[in-house]
Amino acid sequence: MPERQVTVKAEVGLHARPAATFVQTAAKATLEVTVAKAGGQPVNAKSILGVLSLDVRQGDTVVISAEGEGAEELLDRLADIASAP
Amino acid sequence: MSTLTGVGVSPGIGFGTGYVFAREIPVPPPGSRHGGDAAAERERAGRALEQVAQDLERRGTLAGGESQKVLEAQALMARDPGLAAEVAGLVEAGTSASRAVYEGFGRYREALAEAGGYLGARVVDLDDVRDRAIAVLEGLPALDVPSRAAEPYVLVARDLAPADTALLSPDAVAAFVTEEGGPTSHTAIIARAMGVPAVVACRGATAVAAGTPMLVDGASGLVRLTPSAREVEAAREAAAARRSALAAVGGPGATADGHPVTLQANIGGPRDVPDALKYGAQGVGLYRTEFLFLGRRKAPSPQEQEAAYLEVLKAFPGERVVVRTLDAGADKPLPFLASSDGEPNPALGMRGTRLFQVHPEVLADQLAALARAASQASARVGVMAPMVATAEEAVRFAAACREAGLPSAGVMIEVPSAALRTADLAAGADFFSIGTNDLAQYAFAADRQVGALTALQDPWQPALLDLVALAVAGAAVRDRPCGVCGEAAGDPVLACVLVGLGVTSLSMAAASLPAVRAALALHTREECVRAAQAARAAESAESARAAARSHLPGLGGLGL
Repeated sequence: MPERQVTVKAEVGLHARPAATFVQTAAKATLEVTVAKAGGQPVNAKSILGVLSLDVRQGDTVVISAEGEGAEELLDRLADIASAP
Repeated sequence: MSTLTGVGVSPGIGFGTGYVFAREIPVPPPGSRHGGDAAAERERAGRALEQVAQDLERRGTLAGGESQKVLEAQALMARDPGLAAEVAGLVEAGTSASRAVYEGFGRYREALAEAGGYLGARVVDLDDVRDRAIAVLEGLPALDVPSRAAEPYVLVARDLAPADTALLSPDAVAAFVTEEGGPTSHTAIIARAMGVPAVVACRGATAVAAGTPMLVDGASGLVRLTPSAREVEAAREAAAARRSALAAVGGPGATADGHPVTLQANIGGPRDVPDALKYGAQGVGLYRTEFLFLGRRKAPSPQEQEAAYLEVLKAFPGERVVVRTLDAGADKPLPFLASSDGEPNPALGMRGTRLFQVHPEVLADQLAALARAASQASARVGVMAPMVATAEEAVRFAAACREAGLPSAGVMIEVPSAALRTADLAAGADFFSIGTNDLAQYAFAADRQVGALTALQDPWQPALLDLVALAVAGAAVRDRPCGVCGEAAGDPVLACVLVGLGVTSLSMAAASLPAVRAALALHTREECVRAAQAARAAESAESARAAARSHLPGLGGLGL
């Protein structure tokens, strides 16, 4: 399955505004898309509560996965959001 | 008349009658079940959550700014597909919609509360969404904070959610007082943004009878109930005096008798420069370069580094800018400096300057980029090494700086061994800068990241003041300047004590500069010295603070 592995740079981690932007972007897509901490259980990337519960902090690595038409583009966008400083 | 005590998180004096905001949504009892039509009940739950989401978005649009972002994030919670699935499953099994919403949020609530810190503070956002949805399902009136009032009132609550405060104007609210919350809670953030005084973690606040006149001091955390008119007047005068005292003092830092103290800003990169300039920083005392390196698989290229350094240097023509070389390891590991794998105790492991012995090329690249940037700007560049413990390390670092063409090499004083021996370290250091946070962590063997140990991290601990005094004295023997760039430098009272100990410069978050500048301008160097002596003679952090204050008569004029 196509995936992206990125390190979270934002000082607030994948919380607050970065988390909201990430989830809003994922929710607009019709594909199923998941996010996990490296080596951890994936959660639905369209679920703000799921993403927050991962407790991703600055410097953590996350794996974002999606499959289907447009998956590569979506993953690129999500990877950009997750790795933005 | 009585007084309640909390934690002041937004300074200033507020006076008004108390309005106790209690949105008590009863917990739907465990085992409550619906009538049997699961499909209809599921739809009811979905509609209620969607209604809440739309209401939150509407409030967000009206409020704008930072509040809008928070409310939109809350709307996402109400529309969360994971929550919806959980609620649907519970309703399918017979649970009523209200109880299903309550239990559905429960699981996430636990995860956030467990994470603590920033996420822990978001529990109040989540509870707010949950309670609003339950209120809709149970047909309860949606309680709201009055957004207008003839006279500004003191808003008292257990805690406040963003949706409660989004539509408030500073004209309506004289002050906030909450039973719960801390310095990073929503109430604290919004109060500071609105410029309204606030006291949080104030026990007994919601038991105050509605309509009680309240005098709130957002600096000291004291809340006086039914104060006399004279008391209110005095408090207001003090607040006005503080404002004008802060506004009246500008220019370079100095004590009342003209002893200069360089006041600088701590920055993490170019984006912090505008604030530093706005608050009149005399250059930069600590430029943390980690942010350039974090989250990279490889170190940033020398060209990229040069551009980032140059951008900062150009903002401070002719001023001093002290750049700290990469401080990685411990809580900030980097993949290209992967020597800290599997360390049992990373804070005591390969971190800071120690990593450069294993990866000399990373330091060489950084210094070369800095030297090139320095040659294109008029800022007076200093470079300092983090986590130096011995004179040999200081000498090695200084040699690397000279080789790169950087004439001013300094050392951070964060390890007690370095604080005790600054005179020896002067062999390799042109200047010193004390990092009080790490120095406290290592002196008290208390992990900075363990919240339960914050008392041991108190910069007023007399043992920490002793270490500062020793470091400064050793530096003075060799005629080296010694500044402070930890949190302690931004506390106006402690800043006077540090100056009394002989510290020559203070570097802090830019917003702390006006109060520190004003506190110094109100006291002579002699008064600072006496305050420092009194603090060191004390036996606890608390008594050190009290003793210092008693020797600094000008603090009252600043409302501190």
